[in-house]
Amino acid sequence: MKKLSDLKESGVRTIKNVKGPEMLRLLEMGLTPGSKVEVVRAAPLGYPIEVKIRGYLLSLRESEAKCIEIE
Amino acid sequence: MQRETTIALVGNPNTGKSTLFNALTGLKQKIANYPGVTVEKKVGYATIGGKQFRIVDLPGTYSLNPKQIDERITYQVLAGKYEHEPEPDLVIVMADASNLDRNLYLVSQIMDLGIPVIVVLSMVDVAEERGIEINADKISKGFGVPVLPMVTKNEKEVQKLRDYLSSHTLNASKPLQWNPGESLRKAINIIIEEWIKPHTGLPERTWTVEALRFIGDDQAINLIPEIEKQHQLRQIVQKARKILDDAGKNYAAEEVLKRYDYIEKCTAGSVVKSGEDKATLSDKIDEYVTHKVFGPVIFGLVLLLMFQSIFSWAEPFMDLIDLLFIEMGSWVAANLPPGILNDLLVEGVIAGLGGVVIFLPQITFLFFFISVLEGTGYMARAAFVMDGFMTRIGLHGRSVVPLMSGFACAIPGIMAARTIENWSDRIITIMVLPFMACSARLPVYALMIAAFIPSTTFLGIFTLQGITFFGLYIFGIVMAILAAFVMKQFIKTDQPSPFIMELPSYKMPKWSGVFQNVFDRGKVFVTEAGKIILGISIVLWFLASFPKTDQPETLATDNITTENVETRSSEDEQVAASLKLQQSYAGQFGQFIEPVIEPLGFDWKIGIGLITSFAAREVMVGTLNTIYSVQDQDDAVSLQKKLQRDVDSNGEPIYSVWTALSLMVFFALAMQCMSTIAIVKRETNSWKWPAVMFIYMTSLAYICSFLVYQVGTNFS
Repeated sequence: MKKLSDLKESGVRTIKNVKGPEMLRLLEMGLTPGSKVEVVRAAPLGYPIEVKIRGYLLSLRESEAKCIEIE
Repeated sequence: MQRETTIALVGNPNTGKSTLFNALTGLKQKIANYPGVTVEKKVGYATIGGKQFRIVDLPGTYSLNPKQIDERITYQVLAGKYEHEPEPDLVIVMADASNLDRNLYLVSQIMDLGIPVIVVLSMVDVAEERGIEINADKISKGFGVPVLPMVTKNEKEVQKLRDYLSSHTLNASKPLQWNPGESLRKAINIIIEEWIKPHTGLPERTWTVEALRFIGDDQAINLIPEIEKQHQLRQIVQKARKILDDAGKNYAAEEVLKRYDYIEKCTAGSVVKSGEDKATLSDKIDEYVTHKVFGPVIFGLVLLLMFQSIFSWAEPFMDLIDLLFIEMGSWVAANLPPGILNDLLVEGVIAGLGGVVIFLPQITFLFFFISVLEGTGYMARAAFVMDGFMTRIGLHGRSVVPLMSGFACAIPGIMAARTIENWSDRIITIMVLPFMACSARLPVYALMIAAFIPSTTFLGIFTLQGITFFGLYIFGIVMAILAAFVMKQFIKTDQPSPFIMELPSYKMPKWSGVFQNVFDRGKVFVTEAGKIILGISIVLWFLASFPKTDQPETLATDNITTENVETRSSEDEQVAASLKLQQSYAGQFGQFIEPVIEPLGFDWKIGIGLITSFAAREVMVGTLNTIYSVQDQDDAVSLQKKLQRDVDSNGEPIYSVWTALSLMVFFALAMQCMSTIAIVKRETNSWKWPAVMFIYMTSLAYICSFLVYQVGTNFS
């Protein structure tokens, strides 16, 4: 199972599933299964990461990126 | 008389909600906290088409499933469940056109609440720049609510909203326009029939949203106060969730997915994207600003520039205010008959007011910069860049700017901690912030270092004095980090602290909004913290002035010769002032606490200084000056020299390097600033946190000073 936190290179991916304690908030922010997500860059110490979703930029910490499974 | 109409202004953060609020209400605004919490309540008034409107700017939120306390208030007000705010008659939802899906998600939730809704599409210009063209009419038809596109900076466009408000009567839409599907609909009905109808007195319009909250979010259930009822509700919710489970749906996700399905259907054909994923100017700026190396460097430069400016710009104003209040004091002193009233006015009230107003220049400049950085969208980037560093010490990316502000003064820094949304991150930042070496500590450090630290040079350029100075700054930072780390273990809340933060696209700040914000901050400080500061000033004045002692008249009549009458009388005044201070309650208290502070190397004279410096740390120097003027009446010698040659009854010098170090450590750590106490009370809305702050910081100061002095004197 590949997660958003495993992504090293950028590129547009499709979200497969969202799990974990922050699932509701992540879904509400538009990270729904089937939507496209792109890792734009990472902050100095590796996290948080900046992702592009539904045309806007969102920052996620490692614990949150781990909750997002991608295809 | 016609009842005024209440409009609630709602929207995602960064949608330009405040801009619209300011445009509609102008200067007719009131800012306060919601009772019992530190969420800001902004209410304004407007007359539109001859009708009175009361407009409430609710805290920005992404959804009605509230995670943070401020979002919870937004939900409660809209649901009519909040006792301190009337139910709104109309909701204006600001939706960012460049970010339509996520904004319409909130719109779809609010539409379920059965209140008339107008959607204002903001940032249409930003969307166009990104190649997104929006057909507002189509969205309006799809959702069944009016949708007005608008550039809120443009007054003409705001007028369109006013015209709409005065010419239309709005009706509430029916809940569940978005078709939840069969299983979710069944689940909603179970909750409504078995729980909401029999057990709550909620108005019908909120039933659907309440039911959905329980299905999707355990936190909503946990908020029910009685355990038994909670248990009962949980069983009903289990039943409802089972329907979804049986249908192969995820109970927590189903609502969100169905809403997004509906949104995508409604916007299909009304949003035209040309040149998809074209790199905008915003993206290009971000390549540098959030870069792994350049990012922190740029942030460092921004901070440096900011604090350099605050120091150099605020100083002349602070000097001017200082001068003004001194002039005012001496004018009153000279023109009113002498007596207690005169003293109270001059030394209590005017000095106290001066102590309040003196902070305004720094607050003004800091909030000018913060508002600009927030307005441009840079603040979110700074938090992004710094979050990795800050989480390692138990803080949050957004803690950096408030903490750094603490180097100038803790007051504006603590006020700036409002930009941290999460309560536990905010409170920890506030609690450790006073360890940052503020400018009021400088005079004390300077006096002690100059008097007792030898100016030995090594490696050619470093002096021991300079290193001590630097060391005290580092000491403050290290203690702040340690304290944050320890507190993180104690202050655990049920709220998680996610960092799911939007990075809004860069834009020019709206200047009227910037100035409004600066004005608001200043006003809040003067009216709310100012009251407490003035009160404590008067108490301190009383302690330092009473009981009244007989002036030693004999001193004045001795040895008067014509040529030195001027200097004599000023010297006598000083002597009288010193005697007065020694015999005052503050002086008695200083002597009373001497046994307690003796292990730190302090005598009663420092004890008095510790008490008077609660007005402001730099007062310590003035107090020592007054006290030493009687003991050592040699005018040609500076305070520094007087301290060096002060001896106790055995002829041993009172001060040593260790006394000086112990005193500096004490000043670095102790909570000795009434203005900080006052602003913490204001910002946390309770006396609990300032009390905790005072006790923990002062105890820590005592222990550290004790160690420095005892270890230093016994082992050197």
